[in-house]
Amino acid sequence: MTINFEIPEFLVQQTQMVKWVAETTMRPFARQLDENEHERPYEFIQMIWPILRDQQKAALDKLQRPADGDGEKKRSRPSTRILGTMLLIEMLSWGDAGIYLCLPSPALGGAAIEAVGTKEQKLRLLTRFAEGDEPVWGAMAITEPGAGSDNSSITTTAVFDEETNEWVLNGEKIFITSGKLSLEESNGLVIVWATVNKEAGRAGIKPFVVEAGSPGVSIGKVEIKHGIRTSDTVTIVLNNARIPADNILGSAEVQASRQDKGFKGAMATFDASRPLVAASALGVARAALEFVKEKLTEEGVEIPYGLPYHRLTTVQRDVLEMEALLKAAYLLTLRSVVMLDAGEHNSLEASMAKAKAGKAVTRITQKAVELLGMMGYSREWLVEKWMRDGKINDIFEGTGQINTLIVARRILDYSRHELA
Amino acid sequence: MVSFTPTEDQQLLIDTMRRYALNEIRQIAHESDEESTPQMSVVNTGWQMGLVPSAIPEELGGFGEMSAITGVLAAEELAFGDLSVAMHVMTPALFAYPVTLYGTPEQKETLLPMFLEESFAPATAALLEPGVLFDAHNLKTTATAAGGKITLNGTKAYVPLADNAEWLLVYARNAESGVTDGYIVKKDTPGVEIEKRELLMGLRALPTFRVRFTDVVVEESARLGGAAGCDVNAILSRGQVALAAMAVGVARASYEYARDYAKERVQFGKPIAQNQAIAFMLAEMAIEVDSARLMAWEAAWKLDQGADASAEAYLAKQYADQMVLYVTDGGLQTLGGYGFIREYPVERWLRNGRGFPTFDGLAMV
Ligand SMILES: Cc1cc2nc3c(=O)[nH]c(=O)nc-3n(C[C@H](O)[C@H](O)[C@H](O)COP(=O)(O)OP(=O)(O)OC[C@H]3O[C@@H](n4cnc5c(N)ncnc54)[C@H](O)[C@@H]3O)c2cc1C
Repeated sequence: MTINFEIPEFLVQQTQMVKWVAETTMRPFARQLDENEHERPYEFIQMIWPILRDQQKAALDKLQRPADGDGEKKRSRPSTRILGTMLLIEMLSWGDAGIYLCLPSPALGGAAIEAVGTKEQKLRLLTRFAEGDEPVWGAMAITEPGAGSDNSSITTTAVFDEETNEWVLNGEKIFITSGKLSLEESNGLVIVWATVNKEAGRAGIKPFVVEAGSPGVSIGKVEIKHGIRTSDTVTIVLNNARIPADNILGSAEVQASRQDKGFKGAMATFDASRPLVAASALGVARAALEFVKEKLTEEGVEIPYGLPYHRLTTVQRDVLEMEALLKAAYLLTLRSVVMLDAGEHNSLEASMAKAKAGKAVTRITQKAVELLGMMGYSREWLVEKWMRDGKINDIFEGTGQINTLIVARRILDYSRHELA
Repeated sequence: MVSFTPTEDQQLLIDTMRRYALNEIRQIAHESDEESTPQMSVVNTGWQMGLVPSAIPEELGGFGEMSAITGVLAAEELAFGDLSVAMHVMTPALFAYPVTLYGTPEQKETLLPMFLEESFAPATAALLEPGVLFDAHNLKTTATAAGGKITLNGTKAYVPLADNAEWLLVYARNAESGVTDGYIVKKDTPGVEIEKRELLMGLRALPTFRVRFTDVVVEESARLGGAAGCDVNAILSRGQVALAAMAVGVARASYEYARDYAKERVQFGKPIAQNQAIAFMLAEMAIEVDSARLMAWEAAWKLDQGADASAEAYLAKQYADQMVLYVTDGGLQTLGGYGFIREYPVERWLRNGRGFPTFDGLAMV
């Protein structure tokens, strides 16, 4: 091994392709979709669905093939799968973060199934994402009105009905990304986190797969938002919702609370998803920074490298600071992703990347609006929208504070009791 | 392929440097700082670890090759020990590396052997100039060519170890073309005057000097790289990357000290680290240290690719300038009143950390 920052050539090429997708199916529709909240980005969805579907199919076919030997084949070089995903998400978010979130895919729901599901469950639940002409969505539902950052305090219940061999779910999940797309507008699914035993605390929390068409499931409020307006954010109401016995991911047992696997399962998917939220932040920030530089160049303001501070104008210094900040966030994200690809434990690095990228995109896009004056603030350009879109990355998948808290606990070697 | 893992050799080097930093440099750092006197036995140990000879190619008698990545890894560890010692040990590099990279065959042949000796090489470089508004691209020190000779005029500042140096690499602006070049000057050349030692807020264990050049006449062959000259931008980039890495080392020292202290210090019945106000500050410090390190690594990697790294190096340095101040201030704050007392190292790290925006030309990979 050696320290190296070179992105493999095939990923560079893939990123160029994704850029073309962003330029043709995202950017031209970004403003119009933002102004017409809840409209769907059809051009993007139609372009991207067959690609994602075929990729999913290839993955499932591989799963079904009789395994050569036990488990995964030994690879000669480290995987680049998540690095590829990071670059994909970065570029799609450069195109448009709200549209990107409408990616017809199992999304975070898929991540949970991949992480905890059995082979049978993977095939049964994910095949819908691998076939047909109609796009399909997935979602992840943890948040409740009384349980945001403290997601161990969820109160949605799951009770097993022995007579019908079904789980019965009751509760309300809010702020669910692609919830309506998953349950009402496609034959998708949502992973719902619920407790089988409130007394057991974290150990009682389990992930359940709620499929479209399940009885007792309905979409409540459809949110109107500051940014990522194209993204679908809804309340899911579970009123004696019934799902098959086998739609629990992992074991139904409430283990001794020391090995609370169920909740840890959710936490493990965060280690994988946080770097990808960071990647989305990077894309939005880069869009804003590139745009600012382009417009400043048109105004005759160049951004020099190498001048002493006293020879820089405030505008130049601001832009250089934005650029350095973006680079810092990019490199932290890259590190967390490369660790994930190498199968290394990355909780600390993932939270570092997420906290930094959330802060960076907030700062960079807010600054971009300022630097471009009345045009920055105007809805004629996309900068003000990028500022609104970027902010969500410092909120979902753990707020900036929560990720800072995780970093703090890790570096101090504290449990959640020692540092609350 | 992206990777954040050093080679085995580099890891060995890091481990060795870290041991040296903790077991030797740290032991003397406070006293050296208080007495404004370098501890030469510790400096010599550092010199004998052979970082500079390792960067000189084998065909020139050295035993390695120039690697900016290796350079930043070592620089961080040295500065983690103490910034004065780090800069002291690496001062000869300010002369040796530009000669290795850009020297004419004769320059390399005559000058590089002194860096392969066991005794500390008596060479330094002079880039900074006195005054408020320093600009490496617009030096006030001039070089005027006439009749096959070059005449240097001007004053340099923060020239490390100039008192004991025999050789100086002096950066000056060609009075005619405006191009910046390096000039190899023997200290005993008439007109070279080492003024009194400078008094600085930090870096107290590193003697630095004003050096005045009054009609100093050197041969045309004293120009670094001869007629071809040198790539000053690349030299500056290498300096920025080295300083960024040293800033990371200083910051990491403060951060780790504060982190451990915060777990020990009890107020209101529990360790102060159990308050978010302290814990979050420490978490931010950790994130900032890592950010700056990765930026220094990336810039160094780019240099090793032979690519133009001026943007990466500049951004890394700029970022590190802010980072090290933020982190070392947080270090002092974490210790409260104790942080203000000189027996505790955090105030020294803050004094040293504050200097980075000024330290142009004081380190190089
Ligand atoms: C557009 C959008 C999409 C979303 N998508 C999903 C989704 O798909 N699935 C899903 O399950 N959820 C989703 N969420 C929910 C999101 O994850 C939560 O909003 C987020 O975790 C914060 O919870 P909260 O809103 O209840 O804020 P709170 O938890 O009430 O936090 C309020 C403030 O207090 C701070 N705070 C809280 N606890 C601490 C602490 N211990 N220490 C220091 N500070 C603290 C927070 O950082 C924040 O600043 C989405 C939210 C939005 C807005």
